[in-house]
Formats: sequence, structure tokens, C-alpha cells
Amino acid sequence: MWRVATVVALRDETPTARTLTLDVPDWPGHFAGQHVDVRVTASDGYSAVRSYSIASAPDSQAQIELTIEQLPNGEVSPYLTQVVAPGDRLEVRGPIGGWFVWRTEQTEPVQLIAGGSGIVPLMAMIRSRASAGNKSQFRLLYSVREPGAIFYRDELQTLSHDKYSVGVTYAYTRKSPKDSPRPPGRIDAALIANATWPSALTPTCYVCGPTSFVESATDLVSASGIERDKIRTERFGSTGERK
Amino acid sequence: MDIVSRGFSGRRSAESAKLPPGQYLTTDFPVLSAGPTPHVPLDRWEFTINDGNQLLRKWDWKSFRELPSETTTVDLHCVTRWSKLGTVWEGVSLDTLLAGIHTDASYAMAHSYGDYTTNLPLDDLKDKKAWIAFRFDGKDLEPEHGGPARLLVPHLYLWKSAKWARGITLMRQDKPGFWEGLGYHIYGDPWREQRYSGDQ
Repeated sequence: MWRVATVVALRDETPTARTLTLDVPDWPGHFAGQHVDVRVTASDGYSAVRSYSIASAPDSQAQIELTIEQLPNGEVSPYLTQVVAPGDRLEVRGPIGGWFVWRTEQTEPVQLIAGGSGIVPLMAMIRSRASAGNKSQFRLLYSVREPGAIFYRDELQTLSHDKYSVGVTYAYTRKSPKDSPRPPGRIDAALIANATWPSALTPTCYVCGPTSFVESATDLVSASGIERDKIRTERFGSTGERK
Repeated sequence: MDIVSRGFSGRRSAESAKLPPGQYLTTDFPVLSAGPTPHVPLDRWEFTINDGNQLLRKWDWKSFRELPSETTTVDLHCVTRWSKLGTVWEGVSLDTLLAGIHTDASYAMAHSYGDYTTNLPLDDLKDKKAWIAFRFDGKDLEPEHGGPARLLVPHLYLWKSAKWARGITLMRQDKPGFWEGLGYHIYGDPWREQRYSGDQ
């Protein structure tokens, strides 16, 4: 079932990524980690559909937020990140996906590992935990190209100083800030050992990002001793469009 | 359709005409999996067919590769909306693997290394419609694409083509597999756009 969604707010996360707040009057609610299909339709009836992860916590019933990274050759993402304005209407279907999901009833330690815009569904989990007052232990390892590519920077900063803090570690692949303890580079076994929960805590791991990132991150996490059935993944391909 | 997205024009291509509804064309090969990629050594690989009670067939890698194989060129349609046309695979037909098995089962559950499952009617595995494929584009199948061997059922959405195939259980009654139990369609015909459980 397709629902009409009205764009009510826009917020730039980085020069190439924008958060859209959508008003969806009959939104049925969602779990953190789920995604929606978004349909955009041209005046001649031509339409295109893409999947985007929901960034917002499930508590705000009639609104959802999507953070969309503009992809150079995308058909839909340049429209959603550059053209769309408040008051414009799209259609959404969902929520979709019952596997890459964190529910507020969960109490075990959680390890989040994001590559680039793979942070979006993980941010929904972080926000969901905060708004539910859930006290399970969360850590986030967030791999980004450079400091300017970080999504939700201020909010993550605030949450990491919160009472039930989320431990956040940034890993820079191309350019790191001067005070960074680690030179730029891909995540490796040493970083996994330092910045993620030890396997003895039996954390549930959520890994999201481009395919190559997810492949190497899950191999490293698995090699660190975490059981494969505790590792959930969401990959997006090199086709350009999300998911 | 009355909801027009102001300022959206989109891209249309001649190729789109060949695609099932709601799909777009890609030339690369995206990967989607629910968990880590299993790395299955060939000396421990096996493929079995059972009926839930009894083991009916079993192959190790050597005996599997001694079976006659076929090369097939097929279009792939992923439920996440990409389609890839004209992909070339080599594999053993399910007709070959199921030959000589007498069963009153009408359904099958495909099992994978890594514990993935997907269900489909047994008829959809027969009559040159399905393979256990071990080569893609002339090369041994990469683990991230389902190697050593994956089910290939190209007339259904690609989640039915279970990667890292390990066996098939024949069933009298249909039962949802992994994604089918998580909101995806029980059958998954791309031409009827059977993506999610609510779709006709």
C-alpha cells in the first residue's frame, strides 16, 4: 500500500547528503533499522522507486526522516537531495524489512558498525534506544572518508556524553583530523579489537555500508570471535542507489 | 496516479521496456545478504536432497562436478529493484539432481551454508527453470555471490536463488523461508511484482 508523504523539512547533513522529514498521516509505525520504498512520479506518469533507510526513531507516529546521499549517476537521489522542497509530495511504502532491526525490548550489548551513509539505519537504532530510555550498552564504529562526511555529528556528540552513553569511534579512510590517534585507513583487526565490544560480551552486531565495507567488516568481526549468527548486515551495491 | 512529484523528470531508456514493473537496469552486480559471507572449503562442501525424513541424494564437490552441466544465459531481477540482463552461468540443472526421485511433495525448501532458507514450489525447480550454478561469467563463483555454488531460479526474484547452496528439503506443505517469514512474498514473481507479503 502506497501512502502519500509530504515533505515538511529539509536538513543538510553534509554537502552531499540531506535529511527529509516526511509527514505521513497514516504511518503505521516502524522498528529501527527498517526501510521504505519511495516513489517519485513525473508529470507524464513516469515513476521511479528506490529504497531508503529510515533515520528516525519509531516514536514519532506520523513523521519519518530519511537521510539520502546524493549519488553522482543516480536517477532519484539527486532529485531528493537537491530539487525537493517543503510541501512537495512523494509516495512511500513500508516499513519494510524484519531482519536488520533493533527492538527496544532487546537488552544485550549492541555493536554498530557503519560505513559512510550506512550510518542511517544505525542512527535510527541509537535514537530509538535513547527515546525509549533503553539502557543496553551501545557502541558505534563509524568509518567515514573525512571529518566533513560525518552525518549527525552534533547529535552523536551529545549522545556520547549522555548518561547512558553511546561509545562512538570514528575511523577515517582518506583524511583524519589532527588529533586523531590513527592515520587514515580502512578498518582493521587492531581497530576492531580497540573500538568494539569483546566477543565475551556476546554483542549483537549490525553492520551497514557499501558491499566491500560490509564484507571486510564482517570478516574482521567474525575473526574476533563473534558468532556469525550474531552479525546482521545490510549492504548497498555499487549501482549508486541506496540498498 | 495523481501524486506528481514536482520537478521530477527521471530517466527513461529503451532497455526499461524489457524489465519487469518497478525495476531499473544495472550493469554491475550488487550483493545483498542478511549476514556474513560463508567461506565453504570445497573438501567440506556437500549438497543433499531429503524429504524431511530421509536422505534421498548426496554429492560431494567431486561427484557434483562430475554431473553434466549446462551454460545458461538469464536475466536477474532483485526485489530491491535492480535488474541485470543477459548474465551467463554454468551449473547443474535441478532436473539432473532430481532425476529418479519419486515424491508426493509439491514444495521445496532450499538450505544454505550460513543457515539461509527459501521456499518455492517444486515445479519451479523443474523443466529447465533452475540450476545449482558454480560459475558466473566464465569464472568460478565468488563467495560473495554465493560460491562455491548457488541455486539459480531466474524467473523468480533473486532472493529465491539461495547463495551458498547446501541442500533441498522436499515438502508436502508450503512453509516460509527466511525472507518469506520477514515480510517478503511467498512466491516472488517479478513480472507480477510480488515483492512483499501483501502483494497479489
